[in-house]
Amino acid sequence: MLTILFDGIAYGMLLFILALGLAVTMGLMNFINLAHGAFAMAGGYITVLLMQRAGVPFLLCLPLAFLGAALIGAVLERTLYRPLYRKPHLDQVLFSIGLTFMAVASVDYFMGSTQQFIQLPQWLRGRTEIGSGAWTLGMGHYRLFIVAVCAVLTLVLQYILSRTRFGSRLRASVDDQRVAAGLGINVNIVFLSTFAFGSGLAGLGGALGAEVLGLDPSFPLKFMIYFLIVVAVGGTSSITGPLLAALLLGIADVAGKYYIPKMGAFIVYLLMIVILIWRPQGLFVRQGGKA
Amino acid sequence: MNADRAHASLRSATRWRLWEPLLWVVAFASPLVLSQYAAIVNEIAITALFALSLDLVLGFTGIVSLGHAAFFGFGAYAAALFAKHFMPDPLVGLAVGIAAATVLGAAASFTVQRGSDLTRLMVTLGAALILLELANKLDWLTGGADGLQGVVMGPLLGKFEFDLAGRTAAWYSLTVLLIFFFISRRLMHSPFGATLKAIRDNRLRAMSIGIPVGSRITVAYTIAAALAGAAGALLAQTTGFASLDVFEFHRSADVMLILVVGGTGWLYGGVLGAIVFKLMQDFLSAITPQYWTFWLGLFLVVLVLVGRDRLLKPWTIFRRGRAA
Repeated sequence: MLTILFDGIAYGMLLFILALGLAVTMGLMNFINLAHGAFAMAGGYITVLLMQRAGVPFLLCLPLAFLGAALIGAVLERTLYRPLYRKPHLDQVLFSIGLTFMAVASVDYFMGSTQQFIQLPQWLRGRTEIGSGAWTLGMGHYRLFIVAVCAVLTLVLQYILSRTRFGSRLRASVDDQRVAAGLGINVNIVFLSTFAFGSGLAGLGGALGAEVLGLDPSFPLKFMIYFLIVVAVGGTSSITGPLLAALLLGIADVAGKYYIPKMGAFIVYLLMIVILIWRPQGLFVRQGGKA
Repeated sequence: MNADRAHASLRSATRWRLWEPLLWVVAFASPLVLSQYAAIVNEIAITALFALSLDLVLGFTGIVSLGHAAFFGFGAYAAALFAKHFMPDPLVGLAVGIAAATVLGAAASFTVQRGSDLTRLMVTLGAALILLELANKLDWLTGGADGLQGVVMGPLLGKFEFDLAGRTAAWYSLTVLLIFFFISRRLMHSPFGATLKAIRDNRLRAMSIGIPVGSRITVAYTIAAALAGAAGALLAQTTGFASLDVFEFHRSADVMLILVVGGTGWLYGGVLGAIVFKLMQDFLSAITPQYWTFWLGLFLVVLVLVGRDRLLKPWTIFRRGRAA
């Protein structure tokens, strides 16, 4: 039982990293970006290509996946996304679905539609068991690694957003662009770097998750739902919201699939609908914050 | 005096334009003239009905929905199951499909009452996915991932057999589309439709002048669900098959795209969009069967970036660079 809990937490953490970038773009910049999964896929494929073709070690691939996805994000933000910030949500949805379709088809074209595998280094492959009987806690080392990476990321991000100069600039730009610009903040640069950072996080999540979630061209469509659930349920005004939502969903999903396999992904969707009807703005919303 | 004028303006909006009978005559003649394209005409009619249904919620009431396939699929499975297990009469099956989708729509309508656009997108998407999972898991009833096979339809009105060329199917779908099109038009140009538009344009104002926003949304959503169910039932009946595909995300996304291409808040928008989309799909997937979604995506991106109005009138692109 503890094993399931642990796996759920690791899965939730992974979802969190993947969804975090989306929480940033969607919550802070108020842009419904359904193409987020495409950035995650980009990170995953960068890792696969680097490892298979160039023999780059796994640990080095992770930052490279981050940078690669961030670069793509920055270029796209500059060229395509920026004119859409002020458009209605419907336009944003259509635009990002279009991007996703393009990404799926091009990856299919260049990489083939088969699932890609990642060779983990030896020290990440083992498994540790603690305790015995019903309370056995089995921890895959790779999952442990994911949890650790995620914990560090959360702390760093929380620090950046709430304590640094960049964080306060970002929050100011989001709350009122005109006033922020009037105060001498370069809103464009702030948004550009934020979007790039969010895409980079997605890339990192994709690289980390390729082993657990599987990586094939339909990745953006398959997991888009999960990222969106995390963000919608968690609310977008803080980091802790999506984190708790991701953990909740991760545990519910893993436990649901283990205990009642007949129900499958059912539980997650049902949970989301119930939560969203109960609290339409998300579970953890800052009081008085912008909706 | 003012009431009279309002009445007259609503009345004039429902009047037939000159080109409209022409359009429908062409539509009904097309399976006869171009008999090899009857199947496509059938598909276009079904898609147009589906888009029309989304237009009622998105274009007229202003509610975004990424899960409209839920009703489409529900209607399809209801009609297919009814035909397989009870009786093969198409019209009764159609009624069953519509009824089932209506009930589902009424039940689901409370999910779109609250929250922001994002919440509604997610909830509607989630509802469609739940139905997809259900249809997948209840394989004793729905055939699971293999789809529901062996749906044999009886002759229409006891007389017209569904032929292989698909002419009967095309005329059947076109007729249903025509009927529902005029029902929706009558409805949207009634005082009821006017209140929906008021809700779309400014919900707060609508509420403060005494429009019962909640119940209006419920009714609009339920009617739209019924139409989507009819479209789904038509698909299941004319193809003799229902599969998980009817609930898939891309159905909801496609229909949204169709509607936006054709124009929201204008009933012919869905019809026009369906024609453009289906022809484009047919054309592109004939060239690149596997990668046609790339071109679809490109089209979407360009459409949003350039703007639909300017795409329809390309000569305005350079004239006022930043005006829009």
